[in-house]
Amino acid sequence: MSDQKKGISRRRVLKTGLAGIVATGVAPTIITNAYGFTNEPTGSTVKFGFNVPQTGPYAAEGLDELRAQQLAVEHLNGIGDGGMLSTFSSKALKGNGVLGKQVDYVTGDTQTKSDAARAAARSMIEKDGVVMINGGSSSGVAVAVQGLCQEAGIIFMAGLTHSNDTTGKDRKANGFRHFFNAYMSGAALAPVLKTAYGTDRRAYHLTADYTWGWTQQASIQLFTEQIGWETVNNVLTPVGAGDFSSYIAPVLNSGADVLVLNHYGGDMINSLTQAVQFGLRDKQVNGKQFEIVVPLYSELMADGAGANIKGVYGSMNWNWQLSDAGTQAFVKSFGEKYGQPPSNSAQTCYAQVMLYADAVERAGSFNPCAVAEALEGFEFDGLGNGPTLYRAADHQCFKDVLVVKGKENPSNQYDTLEVVEITPRAQVEYAPNHEMFGGDEATLGACNPGA
Amino acid sequence: MDAIILQVLNGLDKGSAYALIALGLTLIFGTLGVVNFAHGALFMLGAFCAVTLQRLLTLSFEQIDPTQKDFLGNPLKVQVPYVDSWFGPDVGAFLIDWSVPIAILFAIPIMLIIGVVMERGLIKHFYRRPHAEQILVTFGLAIVMQEIVRLFFGANPIQTGAPGVFTGSFDFGVLIGFGPNAIIYPYWRMVYFLFAVVVIGAVFAFLQFTTFGMVVRAGMADRETVGLLGINIDRRFTIMFGIAAAVAGIAGVMYTPILAPNYHMGMDFLVLSFVVVVVGGMGSLPGAVLAGFLLGILQSFASMNEVKSMIPGIDQVIIYLVAIIILLTRPRGLMGRKGVMEE
Amino acid sequence: MLGLSAKDTGFLLFVTFLTLATPILLQPFPETSSLAQFNAGYPDLMQRFAIYGIFAIGFNILFGLTGYLSFGHAAFLGVGSYSVVWMYKLLSFNVLPGLILAIVLSGVFALLIGYVSLRRSGIYFSILTLAFAQMSYNLAYSVFTPLTNGETGLQVYTSDPQILMGEGSTQVPNLFGLVMQDSIKLPVGDWLFTFNVGYYFTAVIAIFVFYISLRIFRSPFGLILRAIKTNRTRLSYAGINTRPYMLAAFVISGMYAGLAGGLLAAMDPLAGAERMQWTASGEVVLMTILGGAGTLMGPVLGAGFIKYFENIFSKINESVLHDWFGALPEPVRDFLIAIVSPFVGDGWQLTLGLLFVLVVVFLPGGIMEGARRIGSIFRRKPAAAEPAKLPETPPAVAGDPAGE
Repeated sequence: MSDQKKGISRRRVLKTGLAGIVATGVAPTIITNAYGFTNEPTGSTVKFGFNVPQTGPYAAEGLDELRAQQLAVEHLNGIGDGGMLSTFSSKALKGNGVLGKQVDYVTGDTQTKSDAARAAARSMIEKDGVVMINGGSSSGVAVAVQGLCQEAGIIFMAGLTHSNDTTGKDRKANGFRHFFNAYMSGAALAPVLKTAYGTDRRAYHLTADYTWGWTQQASIQLFTEQIGWETVNNVLTPVGAGDFSSYIAPVLNSGADVLVLNHYGGDMINSLTQAVQFGLRDKQVNGKQFEIVVPLYSELMADGAGANIKGVYGSMNWNWQLSDAGTQAFVKSFGEKYGQPPSNSAQTCYAQVMLYADAVERAGSFNPCAVAEALEGFEFDGLGNGPTLYRAADHQCFKDVLVVKGKENPSNQYDTLEVVEITPRAQVEYAPNHEMFGGDEATLGACNPGA
Repeated sequence: MDAIILQVLNGLDKGSAYALIALGLTLIFGTLGVVNFAHGALFMLGAFCAVTLQRLLTLSFEQIDPTQKDFLGNPLKVQVPYVDSWFGPDVGAFLIDWSVPIAILFAIPIMLIIGVVMERGLIKHFYRRPHAEQILVTFGLAIVMQEIVRLFFGANPIQTGAPGVFTGSFDFGVLIGFGPNAIIYPYWRMVYFLFAVVVIGAVFAFLQFTTFGMVVRAGMADRETVGLLGINIDRRFTIMFGIAAAVAGIAGVMYTPILAPNYHMGMDFLVLSFVVVVVGGMGSLPGAVLAGFLLGILQSFASMNEVKSMIPGIDQVIIYLVAIIILLTRPRGLMGRKGVMEE
Repeated sequence: MLGLSAKDTGFLLFVTFLTLATPILLQPFPETSSLAQFNAGYPDLMQRFAIYGIFAIGFNILFGLTGYLSFGHAAFLGVGSYSVVWMYKLLSFNVLPGLILAIVLSGVFALLIGYVSLRRSGIYFSILTLAFAQMSYNLAYSVFTPLTNGETGLQVYTSDPQILMGEGSTQVPNLFGLVMQDSIKLPVGDWLFTFNVGYYFTAVIAIFVFYISLRIFRSPFGLILRAIKTNRTRLSYAGINTRPYMLAAFVISGMYAGLAGGLLAAMDPLAGAERMQWTASGEVVLMTILGGAGTLMGPVLGAGFIKYFENIFSKINESVLHDWFGALPEPVRDFLIAIVSPFVGDGWQLTLGLLFVLVVVFLPGGIMEGARRIGSIFRRKPAAAEPAKLPETPPAVAGDPAGE
């Protein structure tokens, strides 16, 4: 707070003519969003905004993201063991803040609603003067806040958002996504499913009836049909339905032998639990064992679904059990601080903070356009996902994708998922104008520094 | 045909939950005239009674197992439940496995106490206040209850499974001449339906065949006259509030294996249960039960692929659509009494 | 003046003054102090105060006067927002066509829903309105995605036609070039005041619609609405058909909601489906009751109260608490943080819930009742000519609910 006063008085006075009305120590500064760039930090600190769901269905996810973000700030400021700073391939960050400024942060509650998320984000931008907003746990919110940051002229580092649209038809020049997407899930999962369940399978999709659900379903259908599977049916289910029994009950009699649950969070916990309760996985259909697939997993979902996930395949952006140096460093410092391993959304949020700070350091400026330029086409390693590219054309990270399976015999309460395969990056890449990503029409637009 | 039977079955257990919540809500409306927006929260508290009992039963002490490692690479601390060491692993495992049904015994006294305390401590001051203020105070209370639960249990849903013998499903189709897998129905849902029938029957029998019930019914019909006869109707109404809370609570307990409980599940049920009560008709217990099952079954039908392909999105709005149609054709819902909550 | 009594004119001037001075009044703490956390004088929140104030004023015309409790007013809020964003997409970023469409369209919607719902009264009416709004929400979230963009919310794309946009047209919401998000910042000593174009735009509209609501409250039409609340049956015995009056009140309040929704999109060009959810309908009910149903000023205060907690308390995290209590000895500090932290940050709803209970228990009649009590402490005669204290409708009489 202490730097704010100084900061404002230094800002460019646009209409000095107004100074005439100033008689008694009042110094008016007219700011019609036309100085260097939005919220240019001028004091000894710089503020980041962490906008995560703190109430509502994804509050647990949001809490874990917040922990990771706080840890990242500590590491940037040189507190603690530095985490992934030591393994990050770029050595621009020195643990002395960013561009010599100490990092401070504010938090907000998205409530997993586009509206509330925009309100929280605007408050961070207008009241607290943040230069970057990070986090979130839903694609709708990510797209909404990304749009806002584009208009306001600050950088948005997306948290957990898996819809193709975030870097597809809704991509923005000021927005960046580290998390993987539905298309990558499909590309990574299909070969593993082929090995595990064969090529002659009939799939039945239950899909959450909103944009993320649709893009995931389309992606999974595309790739499973490429390995020879047939799609029997795709049933759209209301979000937050709670009881999915009337959608699950007809599955067995439809001739399908695989159920794909395109659900997330509480919906996935309920639909999977209920499918298991219906005894689907004990049944034989078409002479084959009936199987369930959950394309997008998270640790918190696995925890909520308990024993029901045993043997169920899915995909993840990252998992704490990976053996690379970056992962180990991160899990160690997170585990020592909070007493539990980080979730994959926590890792994404941590990595996004680091990537932003590093880009600022390399660009030598907080100007969002300079930062965006530093991030575009940036190749790095050591943040837990192996060699990674921030693609310039759509601001999507390309890295290895994990195919995981619910563990049969967990050794402790965090040991719920096992990594089955690390799908190499080349296998999940696609053209920036792929039709599932808005085709040729999708453009980033011009970078907006808010000037 | 098999698809229709299947959806009737699915509707029955959905309807059971609606009916149980609506029953308690109607008891409170009918006896106390209070619009209780905290009723969903009572259902949620019941569910968390089951979670608490499961936590208590699995309360463990740590034993270091040097053969295994935890996520930071230190020797793993293995949790051994106290019940295992007290009663031996067999009985211990049985208790933990059956924690949900056992939680009913645990939940009834707790929910009775919560109900009575709520009524004596807060609700009774609102009998003569406008409905709007009743809504505000009970809604505030509901938020407080769910936030307290979140403080203790976190926001992530908590899996509370049914006893092992009830996992899996029963093949009804084979029984009545369809092919295998045509009509399957999970055992636990059957249990839930039977449980709901028993509870509903018990509440009706209690009101119908006991003196206490008779007085309460008389009080619902004409509170003042009953008061003039020198009967302390207030005490009985307090007890009825406790019973309504207990009914909501045990409905929540038994629902946990179907829906992993989370802190905001009460709010999800709140709106729906109000619709059920109103469709059933204000002040009518049979109406509430009937509307619960009716809406449950209709919702299941609307979820059928054949119906959904004809009218996209119908499963998302069916309950509200039916509510509108019923309220427009029958002014006081299915079995509502004249003058109740019409002001 | 303006067809108002001297007392009402004074009241209107008082409200106008409060509204225009909001950017100063809401910024009581210097930027350097740690209490600056509680300042609310930034554009987004001030705009929200004004917009939800409009929403609540309109809701109060229906609920406060007639006692009919609608649980579906969020549907009109959503219709208003979608109208404005669609006008951005089709015409240009000028907010005026959208706002006009928002009022008209939500009026039409209110006419349809009101015509059907007003066939019933009491809780049956509430549930009918709730059902319509929930249907709108569920459909907007999923099936109507081509129209509403579903979960993500409706927004403007570069590929949209925007037929009135020229080369140099403003790319953000504006009123004939007056950009809504522009602000003038004025540092005075350690204080910093932000005067935002969008806020003053909504504030002027808010004062205007407040004036209309004042006129309605004082008009014969308003009197009939109050009579409906007191005794509808007697009114019909007197030969007055109450339905047209009710419907008019419903449509007017629906148009207020549509205007509020439109303004939300005028300040921030995105319309999310959650705006139509029952929680949003419930929120305006809570705002009105919390502030004091049937009073002119109460609903606005209630709206401000709830939005303040949502936006300010949710941002107080542990590191802020550490800043506050940092100077204290460690055990005291940790104790205080442990006590306070459940009520702030992610626990903001707990505080709000507790306050709902406390306000309604100790102040039947809402915040306005509190203001009146405080006023009566300072003044001998509680009914003195304080403009904020207007003659009010008596609190709704629930009757003997069980005995009827």
